Amino acid sequence: MTTNRMTRVTQGAFSFLPDLTDDEIALQLRYALDNGWAISVEHTDDPRPRNNYWDMWGLPMFDLTDPAGALREIIECRNAHPDRYIRVCAYDASYGRQTTALSFLVNQPK
Amino acid sequence: MAERWSAGVLQYAEMGYWQPDYEPKPTDVLAAFRVTPQPGVPPEEAGAAVAGESSTATWTVVWTDRLTAYDHYQAKCYRIDPVPGNPEQVMAYIAYDLDLFEEGSIANLSSSIIGNVFGFKALKALRLEDMRIPPHYAKTFQGPAHGIVMEREYLNKYGRPLLGATVKPKLGLSARNYGRVVYEALRGGLDFTKDDENINSQPFMRWRDRFTHCMEAVTKAEAETGEVKGHYMNVTAATMEDMYERADFAKEIGSIVIMVDLTVGYTAIQSMAKWARRNGVLLHLHRAGHSTYTRQKSHGVSFRVIAKWMRLAGVDHIHAGTAVGKLEGDPNSVRGYYETLRCDQADPDPLRGLYFEQDWASTAAVMPVASGGIHAGQMHQLLSLFGDDVILQFGGGTIGHPMGIAAGATANRVALEAMVKARNEGRDIDVEGPDILKSAAGRSPELAAALHTWGDVTFSYESTDTPDLMVTPS
Repeated sequence: MTTNRMTRVTQGAFSFLPDLTDDEIALQLRYALDNGWAISVEHTDDPRPRNNYWDMWGLPMFDLTDPAGALREIIECRNAHPDRYIRVCAYDASYGRQTTALSFLVNQPK
Repeated sequence: MAERWSAGVLQYAEMGYWQPDYEPKPTDVLAAFRVTPQPGVPPEEAGAAVAGESSTATWTVVWTDRLTAYDHYQAKCYRIDPVPGNPEQVMAYIAYDLDLFEEGSIANLSSSIIGNVFGFKALKALRLEDMRIPPHYAKTFQGPAHGIVMEREYLNKYGRPLLGATVKPKLGLSARNYGRVVYEALRGGLDFTKDDENINSQPFMRWRDRFTHCMEAVTKAEAETGEVKGHYMNVTAATMEDMYERADFAKEIGSIVIMVDLTVGYTAIQSMAKWARRNGVLLHLHRAGHSTYTRQKSHGVSFRVIAKWMRLAGVDHIHAGTAVGKLEGDPNSVRGYYETLRCDQADPDPLRGLYFEQDWASTAAVMPVASGGIHAGQMHQLLSLFGDDVILQFGGGTIGHPMGIAAGATANRVALEAMVKARNEGRDIDVEGPDILKSAAGRSPELAAALHTWGDVTFSYESTDTPDLMVTPS
């Protein structure tokens, strides 16, 4: 993929790599949870650069410690919305940050 | 006591500027100076002279001191340390009462601390190494117009360093050709492109023409990628009126970021920082000119002090070195600069050249920029040295790519994302970095070509500015 002609949205931390497999997604989720970040899933059919507010797939999973649980939510969201853009966000609530720490796409419409 | 006030010349140490028993107050501004006294000048006298000349003293006794609470206004040299490996020099620590400085003014702070004293004859050389700015004084400054957290939310980019490139050649391109470089680099995968420091408004390209063409490029790249993109529009000009005019126009056409050069001066930078916060536009600072006074270890001002002043002054980005690129920068010192720009609380760390603790009291953090002779083949080193909150700028390393500018941008983005992904997966990128790049290049011809072209380029020259304390390799 040399150039981008609207074939793919390149938002998120890993959009220039081949789509992450579920195992690879789980490793990123593990990294986020090890850092104490809360995972959330969001989806939209409108990935404009300045559309911040995608639909939330439930609340951020603040008490979750097992990546498998978060991965299940991603898969369920993907099954429910195969034709939408889906992203995972990891939120750092620590003092001085209080913002998203990592975000990447886990589904793009085919 | 009476002798202290007789007309004539007294030693500074005897006038109260050397006070080894003084305990700095939490509200004092502290400074560490590397002093090289002239032969025959005792270290305490040299330290006292620096304290005196950077606060209340003049060369002779003046009776008018007695109209003031002079012991309050006198700066106090309270400690003198030897410099490891250099018997000619000493490190002098000086405390200044908060009353000596106007609130929120870098111009006033610097006129005191680095005003007359650097030309003082009794010293062979003098260097301001570091300062502690107490929260009581830090809070009188605006600080970064937006800061790292707000910038990321503005850009909607999280969990990886940002990527940029300076348009090359720096001089001579017409506005249309210049915008072409911006468009290709942004659509290929960079987050930012940048005017260089000396691109202002010259006969070959006037500023308004550059701004409109760059903005067209930014908008088009955003539409094609779905990402927020920016081009640092350099508004550096001869007068504040010109700079405001250019900044207002950049905002009017939708630019999210402008830039100024360090050469415009501290006051102009503070004014532009206020403009940037008022207008919701990020402010990038190019440190043009700093090496004239930061590079030599014996004389001048350390860059860590400039970094501290610029965080107070309110810029969102500042160039802070690469350690591995073409420009001066010892890796330990450079990490010290990054800490100065990004941390809320920093402890003294002689290995990184940090002489004092520093409590920023929630002053927003500045995004450091690594720029100058870096390329995709160094991605593991850059990520390991600097972490996520940094802008990696590959100018030649993007525009000089054999397959074109967009391909150069893609190569850098692929290398970056592959390295971040591997680090998060728990791999040791310091060791496995080259393999990770090679494997990513297997799926990216752009990265393969970049590694083939620049993979072996290094700039291994000795640094002139290094911390006094070094770790001995074991």
